[in-house]
Amino acid sequence: MAKPVKERIIELFLKGSAILTVGTTVGIILVLLSESIPFFREVSIVEFLTDTEWTPLFTTKRFGILPLISGTLLVTFISVIVAVPLGIIIAIFLSEYASPKFRKTVKPMLEILAAVPTVVYGFFALMTVTPLLQMIIPGLSGFNSLSAGIVMGIMIIPLVTSLSEDAMYAVPKSLREASFAMGASRLQTAFKVVVPAAFSGIVVSVILAVARAIGETMIVAIAAGQQPRLTFDPTVPIETITAYIVQVSSGDIPHGSLEYKTIYAAGITLFVLTFSLNSLSFFIRRKFQEKYQ
Amino acid sequence: MKNKKILIRSEQVNVYYGDNHVLKNVHLDIPEHTVTALIGPSGCGKSTYLRLLNRMNDYILDFKMDGVITIDNKNIYDKSVEVEELRKEVGMVFQKPNPFPKSIYDNVIYGLAIRGVKKKSYLDEVVERSLQQAALWDEVKDSLKKNALSLSGGQQQRLCIARTLAVEPKIILMDEPTSALDPISSAKIEELIFELKQNYTIIIVTHNMQQASRVSDFTAFFYLGDLVEYNKTDTLFMNPEHDRTRRYITGRFG
Ligand SMILES: Nc1ncnc2c1ncn2[C@@H]1O[C@H](COP(=O)(O)OP(=O)(O)O)[C@@H](O)[C@H]1O
Ligand SMILES: [Mg+2]
Repeated sequence: MAKPVKERIIELFLKGSAILTVGTTVGIILVLLSESIPFFREVSIVEFLTDTEWTPLFTTKRFGILPLISGTLLVTFISVIVAVPLGIIIAIFLSEYASPKFRKTVKPMLEILAAVPTVVYGFFALMTVTPLLQMIIPGLSGFNSLSAGIVMGIMIIPLVTSLSEDAMYAVPKSLREASFAMGASRLQTAFKVVVPAAFSGIVVSVILAVARAIGETMIVAIAAGQQPRLTFDPTVPIETITAYIVQVSSGDIPHGSLEYKTIYAAGITLFVLTFSLNSLSFFIRRKFQEKYQ
Repeated sequence: MKNKKILIRSEQVNVYYGDNHVLKNVHLDIPEHTVTALIGPSGCGKSTYLRLLNRMNDYILDFKMDGVITIDNKNIYDKSVEVEELRKEVGMVFQKPNPFPKSIYDNVIYGLAIRGVKKKSYLDEVVERSLQQAALWDEVKDSLKKNALSLSGGQQQRLCIARTLAVEPKIILMDEPTSALDPISSAKIEELIFELKQNYTIIIVTHNMQQASRVSDFTAFFYLGDLVEYNKTDTLFMNPEHDRTRRYITGRFG
């Protein structure tokens, strides 16, 4: 039987949207590739990946991406240290201790927190957190990865909480009952039964949070500084890949110059990082899908 | 039978869920090392009664109870009672097998692990003994590290029994333990119940009258929250005192 016209139009529309989405992604990859190929004609990949200085905007130009990667990873690492324990503890509380009513009120509120514009977080890091930290750590620079990392951690807490809480909440009630009936406390049940059963979901939430942190731009651009440097010292200014891209694309670098092409090289590095993390989370979800009904 | 020691006493027990009065003045004495079957139509309060004995109803928000329940002459609802300790004495097997998504070994030692027992040789011993008792050892002894969810439904239920036995309870509560299983697996569990009553006191909820008559020494018939009749199983089935009981049983035997 032929489908009604209306249904066919809707179907076509949906197909179109899907193609558009995929097409955009492919387009982005193609642009990144085609623009960075000319860059890698002038700068060898080996130099790009091993040189320890990144000074494309100076007169003596060096093109080592490592300082930008280290800056990115440092801020990400700090944010993960903040977000993962807190995010998971909040998730355990919401899923295992809170009353259904409390859970229903707090979860959407957390999700609103995730919708605060990142510029706001950036200024919060620069104007509030950094001065506060300077009272404890006297040598702390005005721009630093510690403050940016902490605030970014606060920003991604809702992401970790929301996804890992979903995974914990999906653990069948019957397993909790089994645990209680064996004489386990709520805490023991949470840590010995619920968290292990929801483990793959929790790991996915962490990976997605890391990917989000790596790709985050405004906080680091505002609060972490613009000084690429190969260091793991959280108290000094650094620069992340994203902050560098913002710096160059908002400056007056002539299009087509080698300096300008660096943002594509940086962009493709960023893309590779986040894409591998997303693939990893996809893989984990597929591989460890909860086996119980 | 009659001269066996009474292990569980329930006196004037009433249970309410909010305004819903679900157990009415229940008086029930259960002797040690016997199997007692709880029968009755759905919603009559069998599970509620069973879950009073290990205080699993405590988690229900509007649960209220009065009356006295003693095990070994100790009021289990007394303030001094630690629920964790009570549940070491009173194990429970559920309707749907609910092993943890862990290895067979880790399932069996769960009750010991949460109580801080770590000695490997002792745990190994307990795992073997419990699985033997649950008639599962021969089937799984070479795959103790395998995930429990890879077992069949009947094996999972026997694993849940082994998990309960591992902490050496006095009492085992079973809430329709075979209703989710095929007949062969059910028969195995019934055999097991028969074995276990040498050392344990078992209370089993069942909708299957044949099962009740096969495995139990005593049967309690509940109807709308009342304990209508409680007697030796053969007396209750052959010669019920109350018309309600007779009608339920004959209706069920079909
Ligand atoms: N968690 C609960 N909250 C409120 N009412 C409940 C709850 N569990 C059971 N009940 C009610 O208590 C009564 C007895 O239920 P239950 O003990 O499960 O009966 P049975 O096991 O004999 O089928 C029923 O009316 C049921 O609706
Ligand atoms: Mg029931």
